[in-house]
Amino acid sequence: MANALNFNRREGYLEKYGFHDKNSYVYRTEKGVSSRIVEEISGLKGEPEWMRNFRLRSYGIFEKKSMPGWGADLSGLRFDDLYYYVKPSDKKGRNWDEVPEKVKLTFERLGIPEAERKYLAGVEAQYDSESVYSSLKGIWEKLGVIFCSTDEALKKYPDIVRQYFGTVIPPGDNKFAALNSAVWSGGSFIYVPAGVKVEIPLQAYFRINAESAGQFERTLIIAEPGSFVHYVEGCTAPVYSTNSLHSAVVEIVVKEGARVRYTSIQNWSDNVYNLVTKRAFAYKDATMEWLDGNLGSKVTMKYPSIYLMEKGARGEVLSIAYAGNGQHQDAGGKAVHIAPYTSSRIVSKSISKGTGRSSYRGLVHVRKGAHHVKSKVRCDALLLDDRARSDTYPVMEINEDEVDIGHEATVSKVGDEQLFYLTSRGLTEEEATAVIVSGFIEPIVKQLPMEYAIELNRLIELEMEGSVG
Amino acid sequence: MPKTLEIRKLHVEIEGREIIKGVDLTVSTGEIHAIMGPNGSGKSTLSYSILGHPDYAVTQGEVLFDGENVLDMKPDERAAKGLFLAFQYPVEVPGVTLASFLRTAVNSIRKKQARWGGQPLKEISAIEFYKRLEEKMNLLQMDPSFAQRYLNEGFSGGEKKRAEILQMAMLGPSIAILDETDSGLDIDALRIVSDGVNALYGPDVGLLVITHYQRILRYVQPQFVHVLVDGRIALSGGPELAEQLEEHGYDWVKDQLGESAVTRQNG
Repeated sequence: MANALNFNRREGYLEKYGFHDKNSYVYRTEKGVSSRIVEEISGLKGEPEWMRNFRLRSYGIFEKKSMPGWGADLSGLRFDDLYYYVKPSDKKGRNWDEVPEKVKLTFERLGIPEAERKYLAGVEAQYDSESVYSSLKGIWEKLGVIFCSTDEALKKYPDIVRQYFGTVIPPGDNKFAALNSAVWSGGSFIYVPAGVKVEIPLQAYFRINAESAGQFERTLIIAEPGSFVHYVEGCTAPVYSTNSLHSAVVEIVVKEGARVRYTSIQNWSDNVYNLVTKRAFAYKDATMEWLDGNLGSKVTMKYPSIYLMEKGARGEVLSIAYAGNGQHQDAGGKAVHIAPYTSSRIVSKSISKGTGRSSYRGLVHVRKGAHHVKSKVRCDALLLDDRARSDTYPVMEINEDEVDIGHEATVSKVGDEQLFYLTSRGLTEEEATAVIVSGFIEPIVKQLPMEYAIELNRLIELEMEGSVG
Repeated sequence: MPKTLEIRKLHVEIEGREIIKGVDLTVSTGEIHAIMGPNGSGKSTLSYSILGHPDYAVTQGEVLFDGENVLDMKPDERAAKGLFLAFQYPVEVPGVTLASFLRTAVNSIRKKQARWGGQPLKEISAIEFYKRLEEKMNLLQMDPSFAQRYLNEGFSGGEKKRAEILQMAMLGPSIAILDETDSGLDIDALRIVSDGVNALYGPDVGLLVITHYQRILRYVQPQFVHVLVDGRIALSGGPELAEQLEEHGYDWVKDQLGESAVTRQNG
């Protein structure tokens, strides 16, 4: 089978994907973080006073907060050894022809659309989706939808940003949320007016033109009453990063009767600590859906949360994690039922291979007074071999009697009988394992937009290539 | 060109316990053989070891197919050479549709065959695949929606067996082993499955029908019948042997064996 491109992602990763041009930035702050650096970032961006103060206050919180005493091992993380702001060059000046052949081949094998490939390879001069973006932008603008980078939003729509920024996830929430609040850059801003239903999913890569997604991106989505939007971020191609910390904050406000779906598939290079805080507030009869796929990275800690604030709110977290050799995916979801007659569902599927470890960590919290709450949690783990590890840490804090709470967990191992059955039909052991894995994640994958579903399946196949037997 | 599966003096162990204790059997394309035997006689072990189940250790003997040593091959390679096993207990694979699995299997086999033959790979196109699938499903009187169900998950006993024969039809083996395909089938399902098997049988296809009962042999009629007792082929004969077994039961074989042993000693 295609030995020409038979690479193992976990070996020689830098050689395979290290095409990131180290000289493509025009400015970056010195290593490490301090109030001076925070001020410098704010100054470079020409931000209003309130944001500068918000950043400084957040930095103070970051300094005081201790590291989380639970979850994955973060002892390898060195805050002093990171760059906190890198201003991208306006023109990368890279030509598609200059992109290494093996990189193009990877994109091709993953089936990534041409336009996206060019973006990923840092080719912006002839970024094909610009035209797609412009025409879609015209449609959105007519509807009053705002979709731009959070930096741009701060300049153009300061009042809306100020009203919501940091209200769902305050800087004091956790050390990494504080850090993000101090040094954030990039991320998406989406505002959907009342009653507007955005039919075409908003995809981050349509937006990314000048300001590329950063290490400390900040996303804010406001869905006014009765509106609908599906936001899709990330992509399945490995994102090479020189910086070893990715710490994003995503805040979402879903107002009465509105529905927001947030789909995120991320695949970080294996030097990255991916520590993300994502939270949504769902008000009366609102629906919030997180669909979260985590591949790559050294350590991921990510638990998309939904606060069910008012009667009739519904929330769903679907999470897929793949932990390969040396990786720890600590992922899951949280549902906090503040109001009565609210419901939530958390479905987690994790796959571990080799020395990979995946943990489900989840919280279902029913506050006093939140009666008639329904919540279902299901976590399934699939182990590809004997060394792989999976744990579950489900926490239930139920402070009300009249509730309907369910929890189910399964751990399965790719079985000899399944493998023999499939190989006896002509599939190699690698193919058979890939088929079993794709079936395992099918219930979640089928909810992805088609092109992402195909990419995700191919990516997992690629991840497992040559890894079995 | 006829192809032959030759099993010579085969001994097979599971977890250190010998189950097959020296079996000789030759099945060629164009032939139908039946292996009958009581429970625990080693019928399934024999079929698993022909396809190369990793838990079944061949300690002695040979299995050749078309002159090549099969025992050195992985199960997927044996499949690509033209061997097929219809499982007595097909395995469930949740989330994988029968159709998508079969397409992967057809292409995996084509990939290996192309590599061995030094030919360029021709993957089956979606249109060609679905055309063939529909045709074969018609043959087995299966509803087209069946192809979109997850492989063996929630299938009834009869559906599982039908799906096994559908897979055989799509993969087109030279020698197919049917392991207790008749078990768990009601009379109508047995007739449909048997009609399907008969339609697939021909000069280029050989069948090895493994069964406890004579039932299926009324529909899929063997030219050769072998009786497996305690890991050895105790008796071989024509179709009449199946009838004798039906009439007298397996104890009769044991008696026959005992008598012949006694006769030999006296003689």
